[in-house]
Amino acid sequence: MASNGKSSERQRTAQQRLRIIAGHLRKPEEADHTEIAAQECKAESSRTNPEKPNSMPKRRQEIMKWNGWGYSDSRFLFNKKGQAEFTGKRYRLSGLIMPSLKDWFEGTFGANLQHKSPAAPALNAGVVPPPNLNEVFVEELKATGIPFSQDADDRMFRAHGHCLHEIFALREGHFGRCPDMVVWPNCHNDVVKIVELACKHNVCLMPYGGGTSVSSALECPPEETRSIVSLDTSQMNRILWIDEKNLTAHVEAGIIGQDLERLLNESGYCTGHEPDSMEFSSLGGWVATRASGMKKNIYGNIEDLVVHIKMVTPRGVIEKSCQGPRMSTGPDVHHFILGSEGTLGVVTEVTMKIRPIPEYQKYGSVVFPNFQQGVACLREVAKQRCAPASIRLMDNEQFKFGHALKPQVSSIFTSFLDGLKKFYITKFKGFDQDQLCVATLLFEGDREKVLQHEKQVYDIAAKFGGLAAGEDNGQRGYMLTFVIAYLRDLGMDYYVIGESFETSVPWDRVLDLCRNVKERIVRECKEKGVQFPPLSTCRVTQTYDVGACVYFYFAFNYRGLSDPLNVYLQVEHAAREEILANGGSLSHHHGVGKLRKEWMQESVSSVGLGMLRSVKEYVDPDNIFGNRNLL
Amino acid sequence: MASKSVYSQRDPVLKKRDDFEDILEERRNSSDLRYAFKCYTPVLYKGLVPCKPAMLKTIVLQSDSLQHVISQVSAESGESVELVQEEAAAILEEMAHRQQLSTVRFFAFTLSKAFKSLFRSVCVNEEGIQRLQQAIHEHPVVLLPSHRSYMDFLMMSYILYTYDLTLPVIAAGMDFMSMKFVGEMLRMSGAFFIRRSFGGDKLYWAVFSEYVKTILRNGYSPIEFFLEGTRSRTSKSLTPKLGLLNIVMEPFLKGEVFDVSLVPVSISYERVLEEALYARELLGVPKPKESTSGLLKARRIFSEDYGSMHVYFGQPVSVRSLAQGRINRAHYNLVPRHIPRKPTNEAQSFVNDTAYQLVRMQEENMVLKPWVLIATFLMQNLEGMELSQLVEQTVWLRDLARSFGAFLDWPDHTSSMKVVSSSLSLHCNLVSVCEGQVRLLVAAAQGCESPEALLFEQAVSALSCASYRNQVLHVFLRPALLAVAMHTAATQRKDEVYNCFSFLRNVFSNEFILCPGEAVQDFDEACYLLMKCGAVQILQQGVVTTESGRVTLPFLCAMLEPFLQGYQVVCRYLCEEANDNLTEKLFIPAVRTFAVKLHLAGSLRCYEALSSDLQKNALAALLRLNAVKKVKTADQVVLKVNKLAVNSLEDTLGGKIPTQKPVLARL
Repeated sequence: MASNGKSSERQRTAQQRLRIIAGHLRKPEEADHTEIAAQECKAESSRTNPEKPNSMPKRRQEIMKWNGWGYSDSRFLFNKKGQAEFTGKRYRLSGLIMPSLKDWFEGTFGANLQHKSPAAPALNAGVVPPPNLNEVFVEELKATGIPFSQDADDRMFRAHGHCLHEIFALREGHFGRCPDMVVWPNCHNDVVKIVELACKHNVCLMPYGGGTSVSSALECPPEETRSIVSLDTSQMNRILWIDEKNLTAHVEAGIIGQDLERLLNESGYCTGHEPDSMEFSSLGGWVATRASGMKKNIYGNIEDLVVHIKMVTPRGVIEKSCQGPRMSTGPDVHHFILGSEGTLGVVTEVTMKIRPIPEYQKYGSVVFPNFQQGVACLREVAKQRCAPASIRLMDNEQFKFGHALKPQVSSIFTSFLDGLKKFYITKFKGFDQDQLCVATLLFEGDREKVLQHEKQVYDIAAKFGGLAAGEDNGQRGYMLTFVIAYLRDLGMDYYVIGESFETSVPWDRVLDLCRNVKERIVRECKEKGVQFPPLSTCRVTQTYDVGACVYFYFAFNYRGLSDPLNVYLQVEHAAREEILANGGSLSHHHGVGKLRKEWMQESVSSVGLGMLRSVKEYVDPDNIFGNRNLL
Repeated sequence: MASKSVYSQRDPVLKKRDDFEDILEERRNSSDLRYAFKCYTPVLYKGLVPCKPAMLKTIVLQSDSLQHVISQVSAESGESVELVQEEAAAILEEMAHRQQLSTVRFFAFTLSKAFKSLFRSVCVNEEGIQRLQQAIHEHPVVLLPSHRSYMDFLMMSYILYTYDLTLPVIAAGMDFMSMKFVGEMLRMSGAFFIRRSFGGDKLYWAVFSEYVKTILRNGYSPIEFFLEGTRSRTSKSLTPKLGLLNIVMEPFLKGEVFDVSLVPVSISYERVLEEALYARELLGVPKPKESTSGLLKARRIFSEDYGSMHVYFGQPVSVRSLAQGRINRAHYNLVPRHIPRKPTNEAQSFVNDTAYQLVRMQEENMVLKPWVLIATFLMQNLEGMELSQLVEQTVWLRDLARSFGAFLDWPDHTSSMKVVSSSLSLHCNLVSVCEGQVRLLVAAAQGCESPEALLFEQAVSALSCASYRNQVLHVFLRPALLAVAMHTAATQRKDEVYNCFSFLRNVFSNEFILCPGEAVQDFDEACYLLMKCGAVQILQQGVVTTESGRVTLPFLCAMLEPFLQGYQVVCRYLCEEANDNLTEKLFIPAVRTFAVKLHLAGSLRCYEALSSDLQKNALAALLRLNAVKKVKTADQVVLKVNKLAVNSLEDTLGGKIPTQKPVLARL
């Protein structure tokens, strides 16, 4: 093992040397580049660069669904035999058949494959209202050469995030207020120009990153009378430099998570920031919403990861003068930017911490007899500060949900093994199938330390009645988070609508909050006339010293309801009230947007809200960044 | 002032009530022994892991909240933590129940025998039982029976056992503990004992509240206690006590349970076992101390007929729905939940309103027998009545009571004459029918026939009879207050009538169950009911008596007359006789002596003025209105009387001066 480690170490130094040499070779070209620094972006934008790793084209609708989650080629469907399958080639599940999903789906929701609720087939450009353009602004923007579009489908695509009500409306063919045009700046300077023009001509700007918002943050305020310009950052997606001495990378803020990670990996690094939406969400979006990543236990949340932020505001550019690791210079101005949700300006460039790619990764899982024991175990792990990169606890319903996604087993032997495992846990160990729950684990680091760490965590789990349940269960648990959004689209084909939401809560209230919120959802659905009991499930997804992050899924069959959307909104509202009443926060990482705005004052006190307002007042007195989130 | 929607919501007649089943019927037809040994498998709170009483004690002693208070008390008193811990354990030992099924079975057997000999029937609404079963399964349940007799909690457990429901644990006063053997038997059937007063004792409070909350949070058993705190000696509902209600609501407010169901239970007796005892107690004869030998002596009651009793399990009330929009639970977010805190004003007023609401629900579902209507007339005609006239009047009152929404158990297909005479014969210890004349019976005073002794015996039977009239008071209370207000105000102007109504309501809010802050609603309800029975017409600006109102309104006034007179007597005493050294302790005997004097002089006819209950309530009202102040001296509490205020109050009650703002302001 030691030799193994040594050889990998040797490999790394070799690679590093290679990179440096390569750098030397390219030097003249780079020098060239710096000379024309002022022209940098333009030169780049006019060039068609095939090597440029651009997984997000300007016309996103070419690879992504316009009325659902993710890539157009990837979706769940029930085939002719009534078996669920996942199309495409992008994911581990792609091309596989999930035999038990149908039964779970029908059993859980009382849904029926005969009862379909298909989406409106294609976007009819005619129904999108014509753009309300500010002609002078358009003229001057044209002069700058920054690409823009007034096409209905481009505008439509940026008029929404992924809240249920937004997607539901698209599927039903209802469109509200859309941005009137879309611009694609290529660099910081482009953004400066756009913001200057917007201020000059009083145009409303709405920054658009990955478009994965679930807080109604991207909804155009219907009361906005000015021309609304959606500022799509997707073309600002380069890593500008990597500083290996300080382990930082300077990155344009439009880069999406998967590109950032891939590009850094090529240099042997990673940020370790992996929110569930990382396939599509952008660095700028993370900063603007205070995002949290799955592996925050090792790498930290976004606020721990950023070293330096550059943001363009109507007042000018805000940035710090150095990259010191910590400062005592009054309140940290970064914290006005982090979580500002696009109300103050556009984040253009960020310096982030990077880490060498971990040598070894291992999934794991633990079965607990019940949720209480599971939470107690997570609490103990947090107390001993030995949480793995990720540790999540699914409740019983979610455990069953995960099981329904098991792909067809390839051999009789595996299915026999599965049967044996089930027998061992339920019969031999006496776990109740309707009580047990599962924690999924992800360890990262050097191999030896990972194994040691693993043992420590499993030892703690054993004290709370936990049984190790294999890597496979763990890995499937994490996969669930990437495909869950695709699953919602499947549900919506069959009268099932649902949503997820999250909160953070002190340890002593975790159990009470989970129970009460789940029960509130069930009760509200019943009161609102939902015919079949809803799916109401939760998991603890992050642990902290003083509390945890809890994630809820809820979904129900809306057949027989005249206004399902309204019912859904009322239930979600009630669930949020229940969270707040039980000591949970308004949001752990999704942000406030417009969806949760009404509770801001209660959450941060009126003085707190006043502080935020006065910052907005100073930075953006004319409300150029007029998405009306947060405040 | 009023909107139509308020009326329709409040219309009590619209309320559907369930049918009753007699649970004794089966007992009379099958073996009690087999019943006592029947298979008992109650439906439990969902997901409950049952817990033995000993385990429960351990959980309580180790709870964060109790540990917190123990260390606090230890730091304050300087005693060691171990010592305080032991003290807490001792308190818990004294308090905790030791419910065991064998004892319950023993009670099931003996109580079957006892109930069969005491009662003709014990009627229970089975739909209520079904609702209760559902409630027990879904949420922690608090049972809130009315309290008129010692029988109440035995009967509750008996019924729950009969219907295979989880047996409740019952908060009982410490008095029972002094009964040898019986106290322990009660403990083993599920009673837990609390001291009557423990105001400042932090540790006691902590043990007590944690004990109750632990049972509730885990849903081990339904918790049963009496909102009224003690048995009502007058059959009027008592002002609710808030301590325990506060405790049982806390787990919901702190989010420890999703919801708590409060189930009001109305227990009504055709004849109360303790009727004469209560009357004597009200007249100053001390309550016999609870003792086993006393209990044995009381066994002669088995030879008498106590008619039927009705137990109505009301609709479970969800604390969550009550608190919706009234309580901001986020208030509990900022302090760890195990640290005891005083309830906020918001929570306090919420609990208070809820308590009143629950007592009113108890009242509304109380089954009324024809006898209470008869008693009402007898109390208005103390010199006696013609039987035929009594029958006629009772029928008239029956219809009026029904139109006011009373829950009347009047037998169908029986002539009203028969109904009345069978009621009279059941209460033959109180009334006699002689040559077509019905009058109250007065037991012959033993030995010397002093006028005082005679008066005492008259008062005993009058107050006994009054307790039956009191059962129906809640039905007529609001219309009666309006009738008096109209009479006193001597005008048709609605605003003046309202002023007067609100004044009377204020004065009597210790006497009757009148929810605080609901004067307008009560006024609307009174107007609505009187309009509905055709006694008044409600105009835009006025309230006008109709032809039929000329009968109804005086009757209603007469119903409240004894209370008006009683309060005036208290006021007169304070103005005329009280000196500066009147202590709180001496107040009641002194007022009683004063009232006896008035009676003997012939200037006072009603007997309620002699009742310590009325005297206490009147004093509480005067204190609340600041007409009397308590001043604490070294070893006693002295009452300081503001004679001007008391005098004007008396005059206003007597209708001598109109209720006007200045008068109210001065009070």
